[in-house]
Amino acid sequence: MNNLLKTMINDRFMIAAVLLFGFGFMNLLLQKNLIRKIISFNIMESSIFLFLASQGYINGRIAPIIVDGILDADVYINPIPSGLVLTGIVVSVSVTAFFLALTVRLYNIYKTVDFDEIMLLVNKEAE
Amino acid sequence: MLPLHYNIPAISILACLISGIVIPLLPSERAALRLNLTVSGFVAFLSAILLYKVVPNNEYFVYTMGSFPAPWGNELAVGPLEALMAFVFGLVTFLSLAGGVQTLFHDILPGKRNFFFTMLNMLLASLLAMTYTNDLFTSYVFIEISTLAACAIVVARDTPKTIGSTIRYLALSLLGSGLFLIGVVLLYCITGHLLMPHLQMQILRLIATGKYAMPITLIAGLLFVGIAIKSALFPFGTWLPMAHGGATTTSSAILSGLVLKGYIMLLVKIFYRIFTIDLIRSLHVTDVMYVCGLIGMIYGSIEAYREEHIKRMLAHSSMAQIGYIFMGLGLDVNLGIAAAFLQIVVHAFVKPLLFLSAGRLSEIYNHEKSSYRLRGSAHKDWVAGIGFTLGSLSMVGIPLLGGFLAKYYLIEAAMQNPYKLWPALFTLMISAVMNALYYIPGVIAIWTRSELSTANPVEHNIGFTWIAAPVLSIAVVFLGVNGTYVMEIIQRGLALL
Repeated sequence: MNNLLKTMINDRFMIAAVLLFGFGFMNLLLQKNLIRKIISFNIMESSIFLFLASQGYINGRIAPIIVDGILDADVYINPIPSGLVLTGIVVSVSVTAFFLALTVRLYNIYKTVDFDEIMLLVNKEAE
Repeated sequence: MLPLHYNIPAISILACLISGIVIPLLPSERAALRLNLTVSGFVAFLSAILLYKVVPNNEYFVYTMGSFPAPWGNELAVGPLEALMAFVFGLVTFLSLAGGVQTLFHDILPGKRNFFFTMLNMLLASLLAMTYTNDLFTSYVFIEISTLAACAIVVARDTPKTIGSTIRYLALSLLGSGLFLIGVVLLYCITGHLLMPHLQMQILRLIATGKYAMPITLIAGLLFVGIAIKSALFPFGTWLPMAHGGATTTSSAILSGLVLKGYIMLLVKIFYRIFTIDLIRSLHVTDVMYVCGLIGMIYGSIEAYREEHIKRMLAHSSMAQIGYIFMGLGLDVNLGIAAAFLQIVVHAFVKPLLFLSAGRLSEIYNHEKSSYRLRGSAHKDWVAGIGFTLGSLSMVGIPLLGGFLAKYYLIEAAMQNPYKLWPALFTLMISAVMNALYYIPGVIAIWTRSELSTANPVEHNIGFTWIAAPVLSIAVVFLGVNGTYVMEIIQRGLALL
């Protein structure tokens, strides 16, 4: 029991990230409200960034920017996960913007953000 | 000093990216179209040179991007298979654009066409990058770029229906890329690498020590499912018919013919260059592919049979064809993977031919989409009629056409694995019959004269009649007659992966 608790405390970021990923994934899949879908997507992506950032962080070390000419790698945290997070954020921002733009277009036509309702109206129009 | 042809992959990707940036700044849409055609033609030409250089020597080389060496920098890994795929991607993009441009100008509002061309360039760049890259995270970034670009060329028609189908496509694609990303991140956390050869070294070491067996299985599963969603493998392909069927002809041709294949190319590269194909087989990922592929073949065919809208019928048939490819990959023999790639190449030519011909036929009949109402349309443009007929016959698997050879090799590969032989043969047979059931009535309908087929003559479509349809038709026949040579290139490429 003690061991389990210890692991859970040590890996708290990982556990939180996996829970958030699952939450975001399910909601992105199942939500009918488009805005909620977009928020879920952001939760899912953020959980991955949390996971990455926590994996790259090493307790007691500093940000990977050379200070006072110290070149020893043992002083700094791993910079690659932070780089990946930055790239990931760029991707997720662009996808969010695109998704929101599509939602706005549909909202302007049908005055609703419920996807099922929209598709029903779209199909009715097509007939 | 590097040999000159080593620079071709990087130049191809950069040319597409730069032209994508330049296009919105161009004053006229015609100039944008010309630039787009030039760039995709240029990519096809360069890839042909690359193919000519790497195939005879069985060459596989790694090209370092920038000045950071491995394991930190970014790399491209190129061999015969990559060069072949890049050639197909460049050529078919060029032809789809040349053949569909008239419909494109009808479907897309002025002022938005330049952005459409930009997205087309981005799509080609991302396909090339996914094919060439040696870095797992780069492949993720380009997967996302291709998702956005693909959604953008679907939504370019700007009707409520296409916006709706784009949202469905985007949401499902995002689920796929989320799974892919978490797979990449987990793999990085276990191994500490992102370049494929280094990842492979670490994974083999971990497997030998027996550590992290469960996470590695999970990661292989995550990467596979992520890509399967994007390449519309059953049961993840529900978004495909709406998205591909509703888009403008050029978009449908490129999406069905190329984009789905780009992801599969990446998947195979990941399997070969990261996990090694033997490990993937021992993890039973190929079994899942095999079963999903078989069901997809039947499901896609049934849905296509029930569909009357001609482009949606073709889109459903794409789902069945993706099933063929995954069945080949799942056969657990190397010939099966090679046959799957031949199927990819054949389908990359046949499906755009079908989409462009169907688009042209419907253009003649006032953009009529129902296959029943296209009766007699082939008499008004016999080039489109012949293109559609040839494509349909290839789909059914008539000898001397590409589709026959692909099916032949799939069966030959299945023969090598007695455990998977009978289900594969049975499903191939049913699917071929179903193909005939929904393609042949269409072919008969377009050649049956009706009162509309004798009405006024139609406007000419030079791009389609003189460039796209003849080249695609010749390619389909060439693959049927001379496909063994392509098969040889594929097998050499796979051996070097």
